[in-house]
Amino acid sequence: MKEGRPRSFYVLAIFFAAYVLFLYGPMIAIYVLSFQGPQGGLTFPMNGVSTFWLAKLFEGTGIVDLGAAFRRSLLLGLVVMAVTVVLSVAAGMAFRRKFRAQSILFYSAIASLIVPSIITSLGISLEFRIVDDLIKSYFNENFETSMGLLTSGLGAHLTWTLPFGLLIMFAIFNRFDPRLEEAARDLGATPWQTFRYVVLPIILPSVIGIGLFGFTLSWDELARSSQAIGPVNTLPLDLQGLTTTVTKPDIYALGTMISAVSFAVITLALGTIHMLNKRQAAKGSDAGKGLV
Amino acid sequence: MDTSETILQQASPDLVLGSDTTRAAKPARLSPSFISWLQAGPMMLVFLAFFLIPLVFVVIVSFWDYNEYQLLPAFSGRGYTDTFEGCIAQLPDLCTIGKTYLKTLKLCFLVWTITLFIGFWVAYFLAFHVKSKTWQMGLSLLCTIPFWTSNVIRMIAWIPLLGRNGLVNSGLMKTGLINQPVEWLLFSEFSVVLALVHLFTFFMVVPIFNSMVRIDKSLIEAAYDAGATGFQTLVNVIIPLAKPGIVIGSIFVITIVMGDFITIGVMGGQQIAAAGKIIETRLNALQFPAAAANAVILLAITFLIITMMSRIVDIRKEL
Repeated sequence: MKEGRPRSFYVLAIFFAAYVLFLYGPMIAIYVLSFQGPQGGLTFPMNGVSTFWLAKLFEGTGIVDLGAAFRRSLLLGLVVMAVTVVLSVAAGMAFRRKFRAQSILFYSAIASLIVPSIITSLGISLEFRIVDDLIKSYFNENFETSMGLLTSGLGAHLTWTLPFGLLIMFAIFNRFDPRLEEAARDLGATPWQTFRYVVLPIILPSVIGIGLFGFTLSWDELARSSQAIGPVNTLPLDLQGLTTTVTKPDIYALGTMISAVSFAVITLALGTIHMLNKRQAAKGSDAGKGLV
Repeated sequence: MDTSETILQQASPDLVLGSDTTRAAKPARLSPSFISWLQAGPMMLVFLAFFLIPLVFVVIVSFWDYNEYQLLPAFSGRGYTDTFEGCIAQLPDLCTIGKTYLKTLKLCFLVWTITLFIGFWVAYFLAFHVKSKTWQMGLSLLCTIPFWTSNVIRMIAWIPLLGRNGLVNSGLMKTGLINQPVEWLLFSEFSVVLALVHLFTFFMVVPIFNSMVRIDKSLIEAAYDAGATGFQTLVNVIIPLAKPGIVIGSIFVITIVMGDFITIGVMGGQQIAAAGKIIETRLNALQFPAAAANAVILLAITFLIITMMSRIVDIRKEL
């Protein structure tokens, strides 16, 4: 190969830069527009600069109760995150050995990822409706519904986050050196001690990555929630409802606020991962790196 | 495996080969298969309760009867006959459902070709031109972060750019290229395709990048040494080796677009009919069996496309 940068490098670098601009440009536009003055409209140019629209959001003068939707989304996101992390790590450990039904679980996860969201959502809503009907006719006539944020809503979100979690676990254990566990066992560690003091600290940065995926995917989820969330709404559902009615920058302010939470979580997670990696590099063993 | 390990293995294969045999030898421990069930069981239960059983219900309910306000659990093909209403009578013209699927497939094809083109070159740049690992990770992260933010917000974000008084229109008017604002920029097929590409190119970039970083760089050097041009190397070495990633990315993008109703709804101004939109419309009218029938049809067509795609790829592999 030729030394130095070939011409294709510069062409593709420009292409890549254009793609990044395409990715971020529009988003930045609405973040800027949400700081318009009180007279601002939906488009540029800016009509003064203020935090009027963001403040209005927190006063709750909008059409819907955004504060409640915010708390619901946050709660659901945190529960989804916790469940995704625990179930993915456990299942990831299981996949390191052969067990029966292994391929069934694998194909369920892949199918859950690629079956169109609206079909999963419809199925969950039908399932809960039928259960409701059964309860009404056999147990309690006044029963309302078993659908809700932490029943059908949680299930719907998990069908979306768990496949990602499992695939990330596969990637982690592909790079994992099983001799470390053997060493721990040889030194007399119980299986739990091996997991707690050897495996978990090594995979922790990636496990935080799974948590990041779990929370952000749930926080922004829309298609699967649409039919399965029950009588209440999450924040993205309210936002989608607003797209057809709102003509003022409140919708940008709401968008900016939702993104701010996403970015805060992303920064926190990436920061923690970076810190853990640094600590691992500093305090980790130098075994196998040759004579000192 | 180094020599000490080889010797150890000859002496006692159990010790090196693994955990299972040594652990099973000790009494009073849970059996490995039981532990596996404990570990994988919870996830399996979630998929069973919230994915597999619901799918079965979709199929069952698609054969139920319905009236204006409730489900009637009696066998009926009405969900399907209502869906295909007029399809035979109107021949050779396409009926509503036929037209809708044709439109969905067209959107699907457009989005697929564009995301494949962009995704391939972005992944190529990251995998082959970015040499430092740190830069590679940083730039991949730059492509991933928008994926962690809300899709609806990324759709709304186009409004100030593409609207009647948006940046694009006012820019074009200033330069004198047009006298009146262009109407087809927003709430049109154009904006739907643009938003879908904007949202989902990520699903192309990641698998293709993954296949590309695994390609042994010496193969490319060998191709150069054997006198291949850059284009020949691309077509005969890189593309065949990146094919698994291309297929996985394509499956992602195609299934997302086939079932999409949110992007098409928001960016199409709720005016464009598509396969996923039909299901949503039926659901809003509380016609669950009809919605389920449409879901079954959509599932079948999506599955057909995926099977066909993997066939085409396999046939090429044979040649």
